[in-house]
Amino acid sequence: MRVAFDFLSILAQWPLLLKGVAWTIGLTAISAVLGVALAVGGAWARSQGPLWLKWIVGVYVELIRNTPFIVQLFFVFFGLPAAGIKLSPEVASIIAMVINLSAYATEIIRAGVEATPRGQVEAALSLAMNRAQIFLRVVLPPALRKVWPALVSQIIIVMLGSAVCGQISTEELSYAANLIQSRNFRAFEAFIVATAIYLALSVGLRALLHWLGPRFFFHG
Amino acid sequence: MVDFSVWDIFRNLLLAARWTLALSLIAFVGGGLVGLALLVVRLGPSTWAQRAVAGYVQLFQGTPLLMQLFLAYFGIALFGINTSPWVAAALALTLYTSAFLTEIWRGCVAAIPRGQWEAAQSLALNFGEQLRHVVLPQAVKIAIPPTVGFLVQVIKGTALASVIGFIELTKAGTMITNATFKPFVVYSCVALLYFALCYPISHYARILERRTR
Repeated sequence: MRVAFDFLSILAQWPLLLKGVAWTIGLTAISAVLGVALAVGGAWARSQGPLWLKWIVGVYVELIRNTPFIVQLFFVFFGLPAAGIKLSPEVASIIAMVINLSAYATEIIRAGVEATPRGQVEAALSLAMNRAQIFLRVVLPPALRKVWPALVSQIIIVMLGSAVCGQISTEELSYAANLIQSRNFRAFEAFIVATAIYLALSVGLRALLHWLGPRFFFHG
Repeated sequence: MVDFSVWDIFRNLLLAARWTLALSLIAFVGGGLVGLALLVVRLGPSTWAQRAVAGYVQLFQGTPLLMQLFLAYFGIALFGINTSPWVAAALALTLYTSAFLTEIWRGCVAAIPRGQWEAAQSLALNFGEQLRHVVLPQAVKIAIPPTVGFLVQVIKGTALASVIGFIELTKAGTMITNATFKPFVVYSCVALLYFALCYPISHYARILERRTR
């Protein structure tokens, strides 16, 4: 048996691939920023918020963490229009990714927040800082530093998960691969190329986030 | 158009959930066996074999499961074998699971103090005996909570098999939606069923984790 591979016919479609990569990076960047911002709020609510809010965020986190991303995506894209909310594939993808990431990141950041020594909060109180200042300036930076590796891994998982968004015709990388293989029937090669790009993206994203974290979100 | 009551929808989804469970079990058991074999290689004396396993883990952890499923689906066909979604999904999920379990278990073995290995060595046990009688029995204890926790990831991962045409819970949801035009109700039920499958397991994993501490 002989199998002849033809990767050139895939690479010849590089504008499609490039567009796909741009969408994948864009989706990931937007949902990482929004998702982590939401998760900081979630972590605050879970550790210091009023009881009813703790409860709501807790239920949200468990609901999202115990259902597959693809079901969340289909629910947002196919389910919500039935309830009167119409969304484009791109917006639905971003919403689903933000919802997904924020639930996981809430738990991750909460673990860091709860590891803050009590004395640091007391010291900040004695400096007459208010609760918001204490959370944002005293508790959060060291918490983020502690959990940064876990947070980076979670963002990468969400980036890899975004491959599913092609199923609702968001034109990201896996969608591009599908489009190429539907044109030239080189399915295996198309997915090999896409997979290799995903691998490069995850290696690159990990390096980038490990570089960015200490410089922008916490020191050293 | 057939008229589906909510109970009809739920009943049909419940039937489809069997296939989610079956695929999860195959992937988990298969992945566990392959993962164990890879773990032994990873801990073994050969550096290039260790590197190969590390590369394998990196490959599966650094690429989307969806792409792995597509590659299995179209890759098996390249060998002239007629693939069914069953075979492709089982293969891809087994390999995916094995990569993650190997990495989880490697971490657990690394947590065993070096002295335990050395003590076993000084009793003239060979590598296999050191692993079997001294290191693994201790590592298993700390490995159980994260392994149970990973089962949730496997169950959620099987949802992606719907994309290559494997009829399980998510695919059944899509099919029922196409017949009933009630996506809101159907996907709510699908999510609820996944939650009913996964939540007890994640809860149990957390209890186990607290107990080992």
